[in-house]
Amino acid sequence: MNFDFSDEQKQMRDEARKFLSEQCPPKAVRTVLDGKAAYDKALWKGLAEMGFLGVAIPEQFGGAGAGHLELCVIAEEMGRALAPVPFSSTVYLAAEALMLAGSDAQKQTWLPKIAAGEAIGTLALFEGKGNPSPKAIKLAASGGTLNGTKKPVPDGAIADFAVVAARTGSTGRDADISLFLVDLKGGGVEVKELTSIDLTRGQAEITFTNAKAEPLGATGEGWGIITQVLDRAAVLLAFEQVGGADRALEMGRDYALDRIAFGRPIGSFQAVKHILADMYVSATLARSNCYYGAWALSTNAAELPEAAAAARISATQAFQHCAKNNIQVHGGMGFTWEFDCHMYYRRANATALGLGSLSYWEDALIDRMRKKNAA
Amino acid sequence: MNFDDTPQEAAFRAEARKWVEANAPKEYEAELSKSSLGRIRLERAEIVDVGKAWQKKKAEAGWACLHWPKEYGGRGATPIERVIWQQEEGIYGKLTQPFQIGEGMCGPTVMAYGSEEHKRRYLPKLASGEEIWCQLFSEPAGGSDVAGLRTRAEKQGDNWIINGQKIWTSGAHYSDYGLLITRTDPNVPKHKGLTMFFLDMKSKGVEVRPIKQANGMQEFNEVYFTDVVIPDSQRLGAVGDGWNVSLTTLMNERMSIGARLATGFPEMFEFCSNLMTDDGLAIDDPAVRSKLANWAVKASGLKYTSYRAISSLSKGERPGPENSIGKLVAGTMLQDIATYAMDLEGAAGALAGAAEEVANGQFQQMLLTAPSMRIAGGTDEILRNIIAERVLGLPGDIRVDKDVPFNKIPTKGR
Repeated sequence: MNFDFSDEQKQMRDEARKFLSEQCPPKAVRTVLDGKAAYDKALWKGLAEMGFLGVAIPEQFGGAGAGHLELCVIAEEMGRALAPVPFSSTVYLAAEALMLAGSDAQKQTWLPKIAAGEAIGTLALFEGKGNPSPKAIKLAASGGTLNGTKKPVPDGAIADFAVVAARTGSTGRDADISLFLVDLKGGGVEVKELTSIDLTRGQAEITFTNAKAEPLGATGEGWGIITQVLDRAAVLLAFEQVGGADRALEMGRDYALDRIAFGRPIGSFQAVKHILADMYVSATLARSNCYYGAWALSTNAAELPEAAAAARISATQAFQHCAKNNIQVHGGMGFTWEFDCHMYYRRANATALGLGSLSYWEDALIDRMRKKNAA
Repeated sequence: MNFDDTPQEAAFRAEARKWVEANAPKEYEAELSKSSLGRIRLERAEIVDVGKAWQKKKAEAGWACLHWPKEYGGRGATPIERVIWQQEEGIYGKLTQPFQIGEGMCGPTVMAYGSEEHKRRYLPKLASGEEIWCQLFSEPAGGSDVAGLRTRAEKQGDNWIINGQKIWTSGAHYSDYGLLITRTDPNVPKHKGLTMFFLDMKSKGVEVRPIKQANGMQEFNEVYFTDVVIPDSQRLGAVGDGWNVSLTTLMNERMSIGARLATGFPEMFEFCSNLMTDDGLAIDDPAVRSKLANWAVKASGLKYTSYRAISSLSKGERPGPENSIGKLVAGTMLQDIATYAMDLEGAAGALAGAAEEVANGQFQQMLLTAPSMRIAGGTDEILRNIIAERVLGLPGDIRVDKDVPFNKIPTKGR
């Protein structure tokens, strides 16, 4: 059994960590946090130069053609560094949708630009409150144009193009949904920036009024594609979450070693130790579930839907658990703007919702386990 | 990343599988296949007798304690081969329960500190199950604080005279030998006055009394020592070095990788999949699904954590500290799952008879047994301390009794 990343993949992780520790220190994250920039453009360019944006994109479309295991190790580092760039929307959602369902021409148009850091993409799925569901999609497509509103759209205000989920039928079935590709710089697209709890990652509302759109994949297959994209993104985002959880644990541990109260390091108190031990437990469970997700993703295994849901749930829980308890270990200082704890807390709780909330994935996991048992 | 064996591992697995297939006591397959929490019981035979027969057969073919050197009864197998063997032994591994303390703790301690003569005399018989060993560490006054133990050993010529009491001794009533830690010097701080021995459990003055547990069962014992004589030749390690010797024992306890920990999840998933409530199947209830999903990812997280450790062994590396989370996660899960399963049964959940139509009372037994899972082999709190100190590198607690002679440490709270 070799249930681990290869030495080459680990080396890539080390490279990504080194690059991000130099190019994306907390100070750089704060530039976006404080609203001085929509995202870190220099970092985005650097990530392209390192080959990280196109690591899983085939060489014929301008990528490195490495694979999803490589993308997983990079995702972990992106999460660890809280990189304030549209990585998850562009790479996990838009690029994955293109690779799954795009025509050769569509792939040729967008994938090389993604790999080169010249195009930002996103998935426009949600229409207000609620979890992913074909019923919730009202935005209408007809005659090659879209009409309706999407929100929240991750990184929508800075995206160049979007994969848009639209209604093309009214039978009440999944086949009513189709996907479209829209150039957001074209006509009939109105973008409004929204405020998110995570100030380092943008959200937007996008209104389409007779906006020109081309089909992505066959008509009526949209929901099936979305489900697959969400599963893939769930694994990749879970690695970001595990990276964030690990960093929050380290921050708490380091503070507990340095901070003296009652004449001793607070890390010598069992009450504090046990908080940190429980953080380690949740981060470890999440990491192991993520490894299984990575295996399923990289081999396109039949187990992917179940593995993705398990990774998503476990990593969401771990990041939320570690981020909130990192603040608790820090005490009052953890509740200041100056300390970085809140940036992880914000990211953890925003990431917990982006692909559908915890309860959505819990429900999905049990459905998928039952299907497997019935089979 | 893959789950495949290397060619050597595959060959070893095939050999093990073939042997198990040809030799396992199939007449117990059905009973052993049923889930079990805690001690195994067989309907028509004593687990110790059946276990001894299986262990002997294994030893003759070189499958007992296979990671031990050949001269001491093993086959010199690698750590990954041991894991593969455990996987292939499967449910029949449950029959080895009476030997696990000997194999996991007593044997390695004798191997590290015993004389060559001792090793050749005792280890092969321990490996083959012919002689069973128990571990005599815990005391009424020293549980988590093992070094607080009070059983005295006093030197008299070439012998030591033992007086005192041990508790929570699994298998003492059927054991032939015991690993015993004693206090030989009460005038020095507690960790410094300890000495390790092994003794014949049939020695004069050894009295084993079963403990009736909170769940109504009797699986552990108290062991009383009254002027028991142990020759100095049965001392393991130097006089006063017993604490370090005991660390070897306990470290080996925690090394066992891939040991299957019962979490209760498979039973719970099946239960909820079949339980009809007034509103339909329990598993269709969103509240139930949420709980199940939370336990599902803990169970899979533990499983894949052990896979990561196995992968390290496969590469000839030492596994990381991840496996230290196992019992901490599983113990609480068992308790929570049992509580919730009974909640779903409503008022009838309080009925504990094995004849109850709902799940044969298995969750009720789980509930009553679960507290011990969070205590035995290191309490949840001790395990959290271990993770915090050894994995995360946090400082040890400030010990107020560290430099105090043992006989000056207070013995009552108020």
